[in-house]
Amino acid sequence: MSFKKRLTSNGFYALIGATILFLLFTQSILGTVGFLLIFGIPLFCMNPLPAYATTGDKIGKYAYLAICTIIFIFLILPILIIIPLSFNAEPYFTFTDGMLSLDPDAYSFRWYADIVRFGMTSPDGGPNWWSDMWNNATWIRATRNSFFIAICATLLATFLGTLAALGLSRPEMPFRAQITSLLISPMIVPLVITATGMFFFFAQKDIFPFFPESLVNTYTGIVLAHAILGVPFVIITVTATLSGFDRSLIRASQGMGANGWTTFYKVIMPLILPGMISGALFAFITSLDEVVAVIFLADVDQRTIPRQMFSGLREQISPTILAVATILVLISIGLLTALELLRRRSERLRGLSPG
Amino acid sequence: MKIRNLLAGTAIGLAFAFGPAAAQADDLTVVSWGGAYTKSQVEAYHKPFIEKTGTNIKSEDYNGGIAEIKAQVEAGNVTWDIVDVELSDAIRACDEGLLETIDHSALPPSPDGTAATEDFIEGTLYDCAVASIVWSTIYAYDTTKITGDAPSTMADFFDLEKFPGKRGLRKGAKVNLEFALIADGVPAKEVYDVLDTEEGVNRAFAKLDTIKDEVIWWEAGAQPPQMLADGEVVMTTAYNGRIFNAVAGEDKPFEIVWDGQVWDLDLWVIPKGAPNKDKAMEFLKFSTATEQLAAQASWISYGPARKSSSPMVGKYHNKDIDMGPQMPTAPKNLENAVQNNFEFWADNADQLNERFNAWLAS
Amino acid sequence: MSDTALPNTNIAQPDRPLVTADGIPLKQKLARTTRTMKLRALLLTLPLVFFVFVAFVIPIGQMLHRAVHNPTVSEVAPNFAEAIQDWDADSGELPSEQIFEIFVQDLVTARQNREVGKTVGNLATRINYEIPGSRSLFTSTARKAGRIEQGPYKEALLEIDEDWGDIHLWRTLQRASNNYTLAFMLAAVDMQYDKDGDIVQANELYRIYIPILLKTIGLSALITFLCFLIAYPVSYLLSTLPLRTSNLLMILVLLPFWTSLLVRTSAWIAMLQTEGIINDIMVFLGVIGDDGRIQMIYNQTGTVISMVHILLPFMILPLYSVMKTIPPSYMRAARSMGATQTYAFFRVYFPQTTPGIAAGTLLVFILAIGYYITPALVGGSDGIFISNLIADHIKKTLNWSLGSALAAILLVVVMTLYWLYNRLVGVDKLKFG
Repeated sequence: MSFKKRLTSNGFYALIGATILFLLFTQSILGTVGFLLIFGIPLFCMNPLPAYATTGDKIGKYAYLAICTIIFIFLILPILIIIPLSFNAEPYFTFTDGMLSLDPDAYSFRWYADIVRFGMTSPDGGPNWWSDMWNNATWIRATRNSFFIAICATLLATFLGTLAALGLSRPEMPFRAQITSLLISPMIVPLVITATGMFFFFAQKDIFPFFPESLVNTYTGIVLAHAILGVPFVIITVTATLSGFDRSLIRASQGMGANGWTTFYKVIMPLILPGMISGALFAFITSLDEVVAVIFLADVDQRTIPRQMFSGLREQISPTILAVATILVLISIGLLTALELLRRRSERLRGLSPG
Repeated sequence: MKIRNLLAGTAIGLAFAFGPAAAQADDLTVVSWGGAYTKSQVEAYHKPFIEKTGTNIKSEDYNGGIAEIKAQVEAGNVTWDIVDVELSDAIRACDEGLLETIDHSALPPSPDGTAATEDFIEGTLYDCAVASIVWSTIYAYDTTKITGDAPSTMADFFDLEKFPGKRGLRKGAKVNLEFALIADGVPAKEVYDVLDTEEGVNRAFAKLDTIKDEVIWWEAGAQPPQMLADGEVVMTTAYNGRIFNAVAGEDKPFEIVWDGQVWDLDLWVIPKGAPNKDKAMEFLKFSTATEQLAAQASWISYGPARKSSSPMVGKYHNKDIDMGPQMPTAPKNLENAVQNNFEFWADNADQLNERFNAWLAS
Repeated sequence: MSDTALPNTNIAQPDRPLVTADGIPLKQKLARTTRTMKLRALLLTLPLVFFVFVAFVIPIGQMLHRAVHNPTVSEVAPNFAEAIQDWDADSGELPSEQIFEIFVQDLVTARQNREVGKTVGNLATRINYEIPGSRSLFTSTARKAGRIEQGPYKEALLEIDEDWGDIHLWRTLQRASNNYTLAFMLAAVDMQYDKDGDIVQANELYRIYIPILLKTIGLSALITFLCFLIAYPVSYLLSTLPLRTSNLLMILVLLPFWTSLLVRTSAWIAMLQTEGIINDIMVFLGVIGDDGRIQMIYNQTGTVISMVHILLPFMILPLYSVMKTIPPSYMRAARSMGATQTYAFFRVYFPQTTPGIAAGTLLVFILAIGYYITPALVGGSDGIFISNLIADHIKKTLNWSLGSALAAILLVVVMTLYWLYNRLVGVDKLKFG
């Protein structure tokens, strides 16, 4: 149905009528916008039904689309709502009257400033403001810890995971099912159990010959824990990429005289690189988001962003958390975009879609 | 291919860029409860100590309990030098050999020369712990929400008819059982005798039952003033200093009720194998001196553990509020108060918390 | 592979076994090559398997061991732990004077040494788990025991505290002297030893772990069901829309999936709290009065709502990937043959989606049952899960053996479900995005 035709259908007139009634009844512009969204989107998405469709079918279809709209709103609204909330000028977790009437004074950047300033020795300026911020501001330290741990854990998980995925996707791999379920299990076992086990295990001295000290409250301990938690994601994504992999390419390369390493580096790796990167991104986001292992294994020195948010939510809820959350949402959107681009590139490389 | 090397290179480069700042090993790590309380310690102890000795202090927050101390000591990887703990935790940690013993004779005497062992209030010095302050779990209400008759007794807290609205209570058996018994008419002196019997425990839980549906449970000391301010509750139990600071520092309309409250101690302990044990001991001696304890009382309304500090307690640091009457140790406030019985809780905490959790979940 | 290099000469002589160029029978050579290749494949996985084993399997195994292994008594009082084994608890008499003497000596030694993990306090804590209220008996006795200079030790102890005359106490000490104990596993299922050493159910007022475990399972089932109800129509829509539109809508599903758990939990706190957005909207619309705001968070409701939101993508993704493979022509065929929309849906479409349903429900259920963070933040008092109790015992009460025992039970439940998932769906079917 063309756009113009949609605008002249009976349903459209019904919606306009209902919206006007709603506006008169509640006298709220914001409410009416919501009303229009919830009931207008499904109407707009209605495709022409076959001629044999009854009125019941039409109503059913409309109701179905309305339900789907509500579900999508349920999915996305909580995430989007925190973005405007983080600009609240007041220390509340909800919209103030000023914010609703779009009063510019009701909005401010104070919670974003707080991210940088909180914990600094002299936030109002001093000779070493930058180094003070970099080394003392609570959230900045947490960010540094988060990224450091996540990058180290990702490198470890990606390297070991890719290697294992290469083995697992070989047709002659023995005990494939058993080994795969073992390697996926860190994703399945409740985090509390994993963290508890590691907490006891790492607390011992002399567990590893090369680590005479205990690993609790060290970066090494958390990196190891996060690497374990990231491994299943790498395995899953890289094996998925390899499942569409044309093994005759390997033989072709070998036939042309390439040794194993050259074959891997020049033939296999470029093809599975998108899978590796998306696996790495998964491992990265897993580590960046992980808080249970950090609660059990880390000290204040290794505090990460989610750990800081966890204590903030438990103790002193301030919109600073929402400001941090907004930044994290933006990071997620960035990673998601990267992943989508990778997926397309991978499909193009493997010739699965026209691009 | 370049892209791969680039990716790996960037990742490693970034890791180094974000690389954690190496903690100064010789910084003294002082661990306390955070918020207004830690601030009072920073002002009264840390700053003058840094000035006097040049030792840098790293201040950390925690939520009480001895889990971290135990984990650190048993793993032989102690990073905390000195910790502010509750009495029952200090006793248990000492019993389990997790703490250094402290020589009481090394503590500084009072300005008039009275020995420390004489100067500290009775029951504030232990083998492994030295008390700094006396604090109370009281209950407070929002004067803008409760306008008519003001609540004045513990029984009022449990009276939903006279004062309808949500209540805030600390999640756990400790203190709540005492409050319930006092509200049910048990005199403060007899609370633990009653609680030591099965009927007494039943009676306490039965009293808690009467308000269970209206309770919002809190866990961290910073929560109750926030819950009052947000209007989530009309009355809540809280640590008296937190409420006082919300009133004095942020002009909140809160009022403390001094009846049937339970008072307790906060003590300094040094974990066994602390990396800077000697400096920690220096800090302990410095901070429990008469002047420092009195100075802390100008930042938060917790009573100093030394007798000689009391006369020196003056006004709130930036307002004209006499701190004396705000203290849990002020005679007027102690009229119907209970001292937390650490031995009772050491014996029964596990069992009563289990029952408390079962009661909560049912 | 050498099969392409087969010498022609062999083909003409079928009575002789096939041999490769180097004269080895083909069968043998093939077997050897397969073995090398198997080994090579295995070698590739070896580093990771080793890593997972050392940093994941062994720690968990060790923790499970802790659930039944608690050597406190034999570490604090080694001589006593050995001596008490000779005592017959059913004799109705206290242990002999000699055992009392060894006990007092061990107490005095432990008190002097103050060695971490081997103090009287550790012993007291251990016994207090089984006999609540006995802690101070041990600590105060140990303080006074140094003053006992000579026997009879039995009388001396009874003089310090007459509770030492309780057979139940000695029976418990004897049982705890054994390094392996069932006490914690029993406690984890709300059972205990009674005064006569028989296993009985705990007092009803103190039963907590089984009810919480059942509640965890019940709430997880509810969450899974709600996820299914919500995910099914959406996945259907996504699978029937043109690729361009569905890819766009898919972002709405994937964005929550990629957003931090903590972010989503804080978002729900902002939405659901009494002064929060949903209550504000309802007050504004006049559905409820300003004083009648609904408590939707810090209880079960809050836990369920936010967990449904958090786990929803895990249901949508498997459903979607199954539905995408179902040709729409089946439904049309059914309808053209006279089936109503409903009938066609339930008889033709729905049965084909069962693999997706199995995958989604099992995955969501498995993930839900072990949840910790969200219940801890928004669960309040009645919305907590078994994981929260485990964490409490590890981090707060320090009853590590009980925490491990609870973890063992949870692990058994999860592993059973995982096994089921493997049988019904297969781990290799797991995919994201």
